[in-house]
Amino acid sequence: MTEKIIRLMQGNEACVEGAIAAGMRFYAGYPITPSTEIAELSAAKLPRIGGKFIQMEDEIASISAIIGASLTGYKAMTATSGPGFSLKQEGIGYAAISETPCVIVNVQRGGPSTGLPTFPAQGDIMQARWGTHGDHSIIALYPSTVREIYDTTIKAFNLAEKYRTPVILLMDEVIAHMREKIEIPNIDEVEIYNRKKPKSSPSEYLPFHVREGDIVPEMVNFGEGYRFHVTGLVHSETGFPTNDHKIAENLITRLINKIQDNVEDIVEYEEYRLEDAEKVIIAYGATARSVKSAIDSLREEGCKIGMFRPITIWPVAQKQIEEMARKVKKVSVIEMNMGQYFLEIDRIAGKYTTVNQYGRVHGELITPEEIISFIKEG
Amino acid sequence: MLRQELRLSGSGGQGLILAGIILAEAALYDGKNVVQSQSYGPEARGGASKSEVIISQAPINYPKVNKCDILLSLTQKACDKYISSLKSGGILILDSSVTKLPDRDDIKIYSIPILKTASNGLKKSMVANIVALGSIYELTKIVNRVSLERAVLNRVPRGTEELNKKALKKGFELIKNYRSKPYGEVC
Repeated sequence: MTEKIIRLMQGNEACVEGAIAAGMRFYAGYPITPSTEIAELSAAKLPRIGGKFIQMEDEIASISAIIGASLTGYKAMTATSGPGFSLKQEGIGYAAISETPCVIVNVQRGGPSTGLPTFPAQGDIMQARWGTHGDHSIIALYPSTVREIYDTTIKAFNLAEKYRTPVILLMDEVIAHMREKIEIPNIDEVEIYNRKKPKSSPSEYLPFHVREGDIVPEMVNFGEGYRFHVTGLVHSETGFPTNDHKIAENLITRLINKIQDNVEDIVEYEEYRLEDAEKVIIAYGATARSVKSAIDSLREEGCKIGMFRPITIWPVAQKQIEEMARKVKKVSVIEMNMGQYFLEIDRIAGKYTTVNQYGRVHGELITPEEIISFIKEG
Repeated sequence: MLRQELRLSGSGGQGLILAGIILAEAALYDGKNVVQSQSYGPEARGGASKSEVIISQAPINYPKVNKCDILLSLTQKACDKYISSLKSGGILILDSSVTKLPDRDDIKIYSIPILKTASNGLKKSMVANIVALGSIYELTKIVNRVSLERAVLNRVPRGTEELNKKALKKGFELIKNYRSKPYGEVC
């Protein structure tokens, strides 16, 4: 029995601790506020445990480096913010089509462009979904506490490996930079998903063939004797490019469906005081903490209100949101942007109930008082 | 008290972020819930700096400090900027270099020579943050003394333990002496 470790930890630090617990042994990045501590701590910790840290010349090089590392068998991560996330989009698409597992952390800041470097914003919700060009599906997670950053970072790696996909971890500056009590679980109690070893021999191996009963193609590591061609072009099961329309459609459909068909396995969410709620707030990340405080106050005044908090932001928890929307009089989306997740929630819940939005882009966390006034005004 | 909120303000380089971390860690040792945060401006040394700590028995949802219960201001600029954020009935701890006292009669004001104690008494201006922590403790007992000492020793550079213990003690004394003076609280 090892003693539980309780520590005061910063959000960015919890991200690195979670990544290492999940098996990250390669980090490449270009430091940028407010994500810098993730690079700093990865640089300090990885070499001590046999891992590698590289500070690259820019963000595109960083994501390219983690894709390369992942193809050789490493669990790899990069972290960035604001304009850096825009630059990563090229690589996110490459990882998506080449089905290369990797984790991209985006500690959001005010934008567009260099925007408000040191202040929080939740303006990259849609960029996380659609930032890279072309039709694709994506997984994005959004933690709300320091402890949850630890847990969702592990989950990001597990999902990346299981579905052979880039996974985006969206974080808020507020939680990335604050310190909070965290109880670190015993490493034996943490569920870790590792890549399956290939069943095929090198001579029969088809790098993009999905075996009966599997979700994704078998993944082998570069340099272990298997022939393995990687390209950003549409490719057949051999991994080599093709212009065949049918193959193209099959590939893109498969890439989308491997995530959309497994939404129930991927989505995670929190329901807060929803039992008898007539009004529901949908919020995520740091904003959800303000919402919880607001709900506690409103409940004291007799208001029947609760919160649905997506932890998996993409794919959206469509089924759960639909079920909830059928039962309530109003759904309010509260977010630090001018209406991004609102578009998705309105699409799903708007058929059943009224949906409105409260958003701020002033670089400050929305306060419980603001939320209370917004709800009371109607 | 269920939830106490502190704001430590001054200028960059005075170690206020570290002071906030130490106080938060001490509260953690006490078994409380705690959140510590700081403002990140473009300024570094010399610019305005603030560190915030929330200590609570209950889980902390909203993690920011708006109105605080305790305000420490080591500079005039910080005092002027944050005085309006101190709750009515709150405690203001001012460095005695702050000469223009705020025009409020609904708070308790303690003006003590924190910076001078560090630079003259201890010959190390950089321990002013630890002196301040000693005074905050003596005045509010917001954390246990043993926890505070442990947190200080856990966070200060090796080789400076004795100096920092002394600084903490000086901080306690500033309040003890203050109270023994006939004119007592400025109030």
